Amino acid sequence: MKSVRKSNEKRGHDIASGRLPAATIKDNFSDLHPPLTELQAQAESARCLFCHDAPCIEACPTDIDIPNFIRKISTGNLIGSATTILSANIMGGTCANVCPVEELCELKCVMNTAEHKPVTIGRLQRYATDHLFARDTQPFQRAADTGRRIAVIGAGPAGLSCAHGLAMHGHRVDVFEARPKAGGLNEYGIAAYKMLNQRAAREVQFILDIGGITLHTGQALGKKLRLAELRDQYDAVFLGLGHNVANRLGLEHEDTAGMHNAIDYIERIRQEDLSSLPIGRRIVVIGGGSTAIDIAVQSKKLGAESVTIVYRRGARQMSATWYEQQLAQTNGVLIKTRAMPVQVLIDDDGLTGMVFETTRLDAAGKLQGTGERFEWPVDVAFKAIGQSLDLSAVGHELDTIQLQHGRIAIDAEQRTSLSDVYAGGDCVPGPDLTVHAVQDGKLAAQAIHRSFARESSHG
Amino acid sequence: MADLRCNIAGVTSPNPFWLASAPPTDKQYNVERAFEAGWGGVVWKTLAEAGPPVVNACSRYGSVDYNGQRMIGLNNIELITDRPLEVNLREIEAVKKAWPDRAMVVSLMVPCEEDAWKNILRQVEQTGCDGVELNFGCPHGMSERGMGSAVGQVPEYIQMVAAWCKQHTRLPVFVKLTPNITDIRHAARAAAAGGADAVSLINTINSIVSIDLDNMAPQPTVAGKGTHGGYCGPAVKPIALHMVADIARDEATRHLPISGIGGISNWRDAAEFIALNCGSVQVCTAAMRFGFGIIDEMVDGLNQWMDSKGYQTLDDFRGQAVPNVTDWQYLDLNYKTIAKIDQDKCIECGLCHITCEDTSHQAISKTKTADGQRIYTVIDDECVGCNLCHLVCPVPDCISMVEVDNGLPYMNWTQHPNNPMSK
Repeated sequence: MKSVRKSNEKRGHDIASGRLPAATIKDNFSDLHPPLTELQAQAESARCLFCHDAPCIEACPTDIDIPNFIRKISTGNLIGSATTILSANIMGGTCANVCPVEELCELKCVMNTAEHKPVTIGRLQRYATDHLFARDTQPFQRAADTGRRIAVIGAGPAGLSCAHGLAMHGHRVDVFEARPKAGGLNEYGIAAYKMLNQRAAREVQFILDIGGITLHTGQALGKKLRLAELRDQYDAVFLGLGHNVANRLGLEHEDTAGMHNAIDYIERIRQEDLSSLPIGRRIVVIGGGSTAIDIAVQSKKLGAESVTIVYRRGARQMSATWYEQQLAQTNGVLIKTRAMPVQVLIDDDGLTGMVFETTRLDAAGKLQGTGERFEWPVDVAFKAIGQSLDLSAVGHELDTIQLQHGRIAIDAEQRTSLSDVYAGGDCVPGPDLTVHAVQDGKLAAQAIHRSFARESSHG
Repeated sequence: MADLRCNIAGVTSPNPFWLASAPPTDKQYNVERAFEAGWGGVVWKTLAEAGPPVVNACSRYGSVDYNGQRMIGLNNIELITDRPLEVNLREIEAVKKAWPDRAMVVSLMVPCEEDAWKNILRQVEQTGCDGVELNFGCPHGMSERGMGSAVGQVPEYIQMVAAWCKQHTRLPVFVKLTPNITDIRHAARAAAAGGADAVSLINTINSIVSIDLDNMAPQPTVAGKGTHGGYCGPAVKPIALHMVADIARDEATRHLPISGIGGISNWRDAAEFIALNCGSVQVCTAAMRFGFGIIDEMVDGLNQWMDSKGYQTLDDFRGQAVPNVTDWQYLDLNYKTIAKIDQDKCIECGLCHITCEDTSHQAISKTKTADGQRIYTVIDDECVGCNLCHLVCPVPDCISMVEVDNGLPYMNWTQHPNNPMSK
C-alpha cells in the first residue's frame, strides 16, 4: 500500500524521534574514519619523506614533530610515537580526530606536490595515540611537588592542557569547571562520530592521571568562584572560559519553539540516547562553520529528510573546510550559499518556516541583500553563526581585565593585563580550533612556570 | 620483437631467464609450472649421491624487509634436495622429454672423491639433461661436511673437481662459485684451469638476517636456535655485479661464459648482468616472492628495451659495459660535475640540504621566502659533485649532476702530481 504523508507541506512542527531504526542510527554514528590497520599504517608511514624543516610541523599549531612520530610508527615504536605527539600536544588523541588537517599539516605535506595526496598525518596520529590509550600507559611523570598552586578556570582543552603542563613541573592545580563533566567542547561540542567511545572522558582521565590536578565540577566563575579570592589563594590563575553564548540572528521570533542553537543540540546528541532524540523532518542550518557542518550531518544521520545549510557568502568564504563541505554533501546535506535569513515564520506552536533573501557584494565588497526573497517551510532551524564570550554571565569578575574585541587580551606569554592571571582558548583573540586552545594552555603553563622560576631566582 | 634465444656453453633456451638451483626447481611439479609460465630453463635443485637424503630443518627462511617492502633480502638454511636421487632423476628425464626446447641443467654436490663425481655424472647423463652445474657455493650445512662453499673457497679443489667432471662427462660443466671469498678471480681462474665450460655466480652470501629480540635468537629460528644461512635477493645484486665484472675483465677468465645470479628481479637487472657479459641469468628470490608469473614482465621488458635500442639479439649488447669497468686509479680525476636543482620540480622536502649539510660538503643553501616557500640552492663552488643529493631527492629528475667543462685534460691517479708514485 502506498503511504501517504500526512503533514502539511506548508506547516512546520514535523519533529519526531526514531526516524530511522535504532540499529541504523547506531551504524550512522560509527567512526567517521575507521582506524588504520597495521598494514595501512606501515604503508602510510613509509610514504613520509622525513622532511628537513618539515612544512607539516610549521603548520601544526602545537608544533608536533610529525616526521619523527611517523618514523617511530614505521619502526614499530608506537608508544614512543604517541609520546612524541603528546609531549607537544597533550590532546593529540582528540586533535587526531577533530583537527581540520586538510587545512593544517596535511595541506602543507610535500607529498601533495609529489603525489597529489598528502601523508594521512591525522590518521597516523590517531593510530599511535590509540595504541597508547588502549594500553593505559602513562608516558609522563610529574616532577617533585613544588608547593606552588594554580587555579585553572574551565576544564576544556585550554584549561586541561595548562593544568597538565603545570602538573608536569610539580605544581598543584585546582581545575574549576561549571559543567558536570570536564572536557569542554571535546565532551559537549564536537560531532559524535568524531569522538566515539568516551574518547573525551578517557583523555581527561589520562591528563588527570599524572597527579597533582584536582578537578572541581559544578563551579562557575561569578557564582561560587571569585577571581579576587582565587588570586589571593593561588600563585597564579589561568582562565580557559571558552565561549558561553551562541550568537544571535537578530530576528523577531528567533527563540520560538523549533529554533535551536546548534551547539546546544550537538550537546544533546553527545549526551543523550540517539534513538529517542527528536529531530525535525525539514531542517535548515544557518551558518558556514564546523558547527554548521556537524549539526547538519548529524541531523541527516538521525533521519532528517532534508537538511539545508544556508550561508550568506560563497563556499570559499565558509570557515568549514572543503573537506567538511564535501562531508556534508556526501551525507545528503544541501549547501545553499549567498542567502540570509530575514524572517522567522511562526504559528501558535512555533516555527513553521523561514524567509531568506539572496545576497551579493556591493562595489565596496560589503555584503548586502538583493531584495529577492524566498520562503521555505521548516520544521527545525539550527543557528550556527558562532559563539561568544558574554562577560555579563560572570558578573563583575573580569571588570579589572583588559579586553580586545570582546575577548580577554593577552600578551605573547598568554598573560592578561593582571600579571598573575593568564588566559587561553576561545576566550582570547585568535582562531578557535581545539588545537589552538591546547597550544594556549601549553604556552601559559610554560610562562607560569618561568614566572615562578624568575621569582625564585630574584629571591 | 628482438630474438631472446640464448646459447651458453652449448646449452640453449628460448630466453635467458633460468630458475636457479633452489626450492623452486626441486620437483617436476614446480619446474613444469615454471615452463608453462614461460621460463627459459632451470638448474635443478642440487642432487647428492645415492643413499639416505639430507634432512632439512624448520623453519628455513629469513627476510630483510625495508620500508614496508618484503624481502629486499632473503636468506635460507635449507640444504640440497631432501628427496631420493632416483626420484629426482626420473622427474628430470620426464620434464626434459616434455620440454625439449628448455634448458635443463642439473646441480650436483657430492664429496670430493673422483668416484663420487664419476658415478653421479653417469646417472645424470642418462636423464637427457643439457648440462651440469657443480655446486661449490652453498655456505651452510653442506660446507661443514666438506662440500659446497668448502670446495669453492679452495681454488685447487675447484680445479681438481672441475677437471674430474670434464673427464667423466660429455655434458657442459658449469661451476657455481661462492662469493664468500676475498677475490672471486682466484676461484674463476681455477674453474677455467680445470676446463669448466662456464661459471655461475654468485651463490648465496653468508649471513644472519636478523635477531628475534623476544627470544634472542637468529631468524629463521629452529627450536630457539638459529644459524648462518645463505643471503640472496635484490640486496645482493651489487655484490654479484662486481664479481661478474671481475671475471669478465680478467685476462684468464674473460673467455668463460657466465650464468649471472644475484638479486635479479626484473628485465632491467637481467640486462645489466648481460651487459657485463652474462650468457644467461638465474633467478630465485623474485620467483619465491611473487611466483612464476613475473617471467612475462622479464621477457617483455627485455624485449621492449632491446627494441628501443635496436638490439636484435642478446649478443648485440652482451658485454658492452665490460670495457667501461676500470680500476679507480684510471678514473679521470679532472672530470667535474656539480648538482643542479630544478626549482620547478622541487617539493621542498629539504632532504638534499640536510644530508649535504650534516653529512657532506655544506653545498646546498636554504632560504625561505616571505610566504614560507623553501628554496634550496646548490653553492657551485662548494659542490664536489658527490651525487648524494641526487640520490636522496625523492622526485625523479629534480636534481641532476651536470658536467662542468673545466678545460682540464684527462688525468688519472697514476699521472697525478699528488701521487708519490707518479712520475
